[in-house]
Parts: sequence; structure tokens; C-alpha cells
Amino acid sequence: MKIAKALLGTTCLALACHAQAETLTIATVNNADMIRMQRLSETFEKTHPDIDLNWVVLEENVLRQRLTTDIATQGGQFDVLTIGMYEASLWGDKGWLAPMNNLPASYDVDDVFPSVREGLSVDGTLYALPFYAESSMTYYRKDLFEQAGLTMPEHPTWSQIADFAAKLHKPEQEQYGICLRGKAGWGENMALITTIANSFGARWFDEQWQPEFTGPEWTKAANFYVDLLGKYGPPGASSNGFNENLALFNSGKCAMWVDATVAGSFVTDASQSKVADKVGFAFAPHEATEKGSAWLYSWALAIPATSNNKDAAMEFVTWATSKDYANLVAETDGVANVPPGTRQSTYSEAYMKAAPFAQVTLESLKQADPADPSAKPVPYVGIQLVTIPEFQAIGTQVGKMFSAALTGQMPVEQMLNAAQQSVQRDMKRAGYPK
Amino acid sequence: MLTLKQSRRLNTLLVGGVSWIVALLLFFPIFWMVLTSFKTEIDAFATPPQLFFTPTLENYLHIQDRSGYFRFAWNSVVISFGATALGMLFAIPAAYSMAFFETKRTKGTLLWMLSTKMLPPVGVLVPIYLLAKQFGLLDTRTVLVIIYTLINLPIMVWMIYTYFRDIPRDILEAARMDGATTLQEMVKVLLPISKGGLASTMLLSLILCWNEAFWSLNLTSANAAPLTALIASYSSPEGLFWAKLSAVSTLACAPILIFGWISQKQLVRGLSFGAVK
Repeated sequence: MKIAKALLGTTCLALACHAQAETLTIATVNNADMIRMQRLSETFEKTHPDIDLNWVVLEENVLRQRLTTDIATQGGQFDVLTIGMYEASLWGDKGWLAPMNNLPASYDVDDVFPSVREGLSVDGTLYALPFYAESSMTYYRKDLFEQAGLTMPEHPTWSQIADFAAKLHKPEQEQYGICLRGKAGWGENMALITTIANSFGARWFDEQWQPEFTGPEWTKAANFYVDLLGKYGPPGASSNGFNENLALFNSGKCAMWVDATVAGSFVTDASQSKVADKVGFAFAPHEATEKGSAWLYSWALAIPATSNNKDAAMEFVTWATSKDYANLVAETDGVANVPPGTRQSTYSEAYMKAAPFAQVTLESLKQADPADPSAKPVPYVGIQLVTIPEFQAIGTQVGKMFSAALTGQMPVEQMLNAAQQSVQRDMKRAGYPK
Repeated sequence: MLTLKQSRRLNTLLVGGVSWIVALLLFFPIFWMVLTSFKTEIDAFATPPQLFFTPTLENYLHIQDRSGYFRFAWNSVVISFGATALGMLFAIPAAYSMAFFETKRTKGTLLWMLSTKMLPPVGVLVPIYLLAKQFGLLDTRTVLVIIYTLINLPIMVWMIYTYFRDIPRDILEAARMDGATTLQEMVKVLLPISKGGLASTMLLSLILCWNEAFWSLNLTSANAAPLTALIASYSSPEGLFWAKLSAVSTLACAPILIFGWISQKQLVRGLSFGAVK
């Protein structure tokens, strides 16, 4: 009730400034949290009768292509965009997004995790408001560990994970030691592989933007990944992305899985998981260093500079990422479904109790630092990605090579040499070092 | 040794068997899609794939709940029928002139028209997007009708041209002798004779428009989005979606499938018309 009253209050204020009805076109992806937002936005429309919402739900890659076309041609089709951390800083830098200045005091922007805020900012200016954020963590089957007499440490190392995987790998029972991403793509296998590499002390580029794939750290990390997943992974691992692994884990085929923290609510949801009550949570594995061993990513709402309804759009994005929205979700859908990872205030006692994975998510998000992702100094920002426009192409190219190494089409050494040459060439062509 | 009768029988059996196998192979993905649409998300992903399971309607209810199917379906209907009608309006006169008043450039023109189909559509995405923006046509059904007409026009002209070529000129000449004008000649003589061919051309154009996904995804957002855009909205980067995607795909295919079924006779006749010279 309180919220309803508060929202009603803001509406009256909003009504005073907007006499005419405006239509906002919101572009988003089909993730559970966004679909929930679409459903709950009825509340927003009720309290803002002067704003109509039009939803455009698109597949992630199509969305990215649509938005780029629209922004580059100044099409002005969209008023609110759902974008990732990678786009937020690149597009913000290009001036394609409206800066998120003058946020109302009630929005309490300081409540948003600093690492997430920084990831969405360019030179201190915020260009998108985070809707939910994720890091990575280790999911494991408590029952299988118990049967085998093993204990998962809170902060495992990759070597320990490999030991566990070897002991729990029983392919004849369709139980695989570990499930990891193998599907090629900068946001698929390369997200995981880059965190593994970081934790082995590797980095994408040295201070002169020279790639380091042939260095000892990458060699070790790549051999480790290919060996681990090749020996103790499910068959056909090179075509598994987040969703495929989620399905494998939920149907009880994986003893361990290292992936996005957002999966926590999926694997514990009895309506889609056969192992809902058997899942344990640990931090993402590290090895030589903890730096950059867990990633940081956020789905955020931004307003394109081409929008004709910036004020109304601002109303909406501040509503959808506010504490009030979190409370609304808690009231209607249960506290465990509050969009995770963006606000300190989300992690209340009730939430911690309802979401067993919350503690690890919270700590991981606090520790993640995109500005300092590797043991050695780097010229770029980003943990599981490099925030430069070329990364999308380069990352996917290298991702394909890793996928090929995983299927045994190419030996690891040769693959790393090829990756080194290809990235070197692309970076030279793009004019680095800049 | 087989007798003649026996070998004929064997032949029929063999041919029948092979065509059944081919038909089943072609139909299997559709069958599997429909089957998956009645599974829960977890069953949809099960390995080994399940043929027997407890069916559920939850995916369909979810779609009904989340997006207005009929709005998208109506857009699909308007766009495909609009583009097909407009296309026929251009294609029939063009094919008429090429088939009955052939010049030395006709062959070249026909080939050149077809060559426009060889350019990947994404190559002209930005210019077309800018044009649509300039004319205020972004996210309207009009822009898709225009684009689909232009995309399908070469194929429609080609198809109708081949049908017209098979019609003896004498019939048209006879009509002219009786004092028919060009329009009368086309409407009263030519069109009734080539009904089958025209129907199959229209059907092909309808199906192509219905299934087109590149332009519909790129040029529409909220108002003019057809069913292909609805399907695309059910794929998810983070979360299981195969069962729901199958359900929405089934819903998207259903109308055109049923339409095809009804007009099957026309389609088969039209397609084989002109095959024997």
C-alpha cells in the first residue's frame, strides 16, 4: 500500500509536467527478469496515465543489430534500450546515449554497487541504469559430493575443481564431472575462458596492446581448460552455452558448473530443476590469483540520444531500476525474484534467507573490479571482455579457435599461435596502440 | 526371376517407400516442433529426447498471457496479402509483355531482374532504413508491403512468364480478331486460362512473405511487427526457452499451413503446369 501511495504521489507530480500522453517504445530481451518487468509495468502505466508503454522483445543479437542500425542512422525508433555493460560504455563514449544526470534523490544512486556503476559509466558519467547484474560462481551437487566424501571449499582453485571433476565423472551414468561453456562467442565461451585465463595470471593485452596468447600463462590456462572440459565434460561440450549447460545441470547431469550468478534462481527453482534442493554454491574458482576470476556483467536500461521522449523515458528507467520496483517484485512474486546484483539494499535479511546463492553473488559483485582485471597491468577495462569496439569480432574469432581446440580439430599450441597472429593483425589494422 | 507384373509391383512399392521416407524426413522437424510445444522446458531439453511425456498447455497459455498473438497474426496477414496483391498487379502486365511481345532484350531483362535476388539483403539495410526513416515509414505495414513486393517481384514475373509462354498465341489473336482491347484480352482470355499458374504464384509469394524475417525484424518495432518478430522474441540469452519457442513457432506456422492445405490442389496443379513442354 505504502508503495502504491508513494507511486501515486510521484504520478501527480509527473502529471503536472506532462499534460499530453506519450508513447515509449522499450526494446528488451526475453530474460525472466525483463519479462517480469514487462508484466509489472502495468503498475507504472496506472500511476503514469500520461505514458503508454510499447514493448519490443527481441533476440539478443538481433536487438544489438537493431539498436546499432537505429542509433547509427538516427532512426529514433526506441526510447528505452536494454543493453549490456559492454555497449553502455562504448555507446556512451560515442555520444549515442543520453547521460543519466540529475537522478532524483529518492533514486539513491549511491545504493547501486560501485563496480556496476563504474561499468556503466564513461569518465564518471553514468550512461545506463542497471536492471540486474551478475558475476560468476561455482554450482555443485551437494549430494554427489557427500556420496563421494568430498567437500567443496568456499573459495576453490581450478586445480581442486579438476580433482573433483575427475572423481565425479561417471559418463556411463550420464553424470559428467563438470559442465562449462564451449560454444564460440565473445559473450559465450570467451567470457568463461577469459576469467580462467585471468586467474592463471594471463591478460588479453600488454600495456602496448600486444596480445599474449603465446605467453606461459595463456598456454597453461588454455591447456587446462581444454583438458578439463575434454576429459570430464559432457559429450559435445563445444556447442554448449549458458542455456545448454543450464539444461544439463537442471536435469542432474553435471556434478559442477561454473557460470553466471543469475543461474542461482534457475537451478533452485523446482519447476525447472530436478536438483533444486541439492545445489551448493561456491565462489568462482581461482588459481594463481583471485583477480579477474569472477566476471561482472549487467543488463541495463539506457535512453538513446535520438529519443523524442527523454523525460518520460527517464521516468520509466528510474522506476524500473528503483528500490520501489524491487519492493513491488518482492510483494507480487516473492523476495527471491528481485532483480539481483544492482543494489546494496536488495541484499536484505529476508532476501539472503530466501536466496541461498545471495551471499556468494553479493561478495563476488563487491570484489569484481573491471578496471583491475589481471595480476599484471592492462591498458583496457573489463574482466571477461575488453571494452573496445573491436572486441566483439576479435573475441568471437578467438572463441571459435578455442571451440576448435576443444573438439580436437587443432592442438592447443597451434590454436594459441593462430589466435596470437589473428589478434595481432586485427589490432594492427584497427590502429592500436592508440 | 521376377515376372513383369511382379517387377512392376516391386517398382511401385520402392517408389512409394522412397517418397514416404522423403516426406517423413521433411515433415519430421515440424512434427518435433509441435511435439516440443507440449513439453515442459525441462522435458524439451531432455537427453535422450523424449517421445512420450505428459503433455502440457502451459507454453500456449504463457504466450497468450505475454503477447497478443492476434495482433502479430493480423499484421502478417495484411502484409503478406497486401504484398502479394500489389506484386501481382505489376507482375502480370510485365510477364504479359515479355511473353507475347518479346524483344531481343527480354531474356537479358529477365536475367537482370533475377540477379537482384543475388545481393545479400543486409548490403542494402542502411540505405533502406534511411529511406524508410525519411518517408516516416519505419514500423509501418506499408514499408513491409513495399519491400516484400519488390523482393518477390522477380520471382513472380519469372513464374508468370513461364506460364504465359505455354499459352498458344493463336487464342489471344483470335480474341483480338473479335475486337477485344488489350485489357479485355488479358482479363477475359489470358487470366482465366492461366488461373492455376497465377494461383500457385500467389501462394508462393504469400508463403515467402509470411516467412520473411530479415526485413520484418529490422524495420518494425511495436506496431507493425508480424509473426516472425513474435517468434524472435521468444529466444532468450539467459533462461530455457525451447518449449515456448516451439509453441510460438507452431502458432506462427499454423495459419499458412492450413491455408496451404486448403489450396493444395491448386498449388500442385500450378507447379506442374508448364513442366511438360
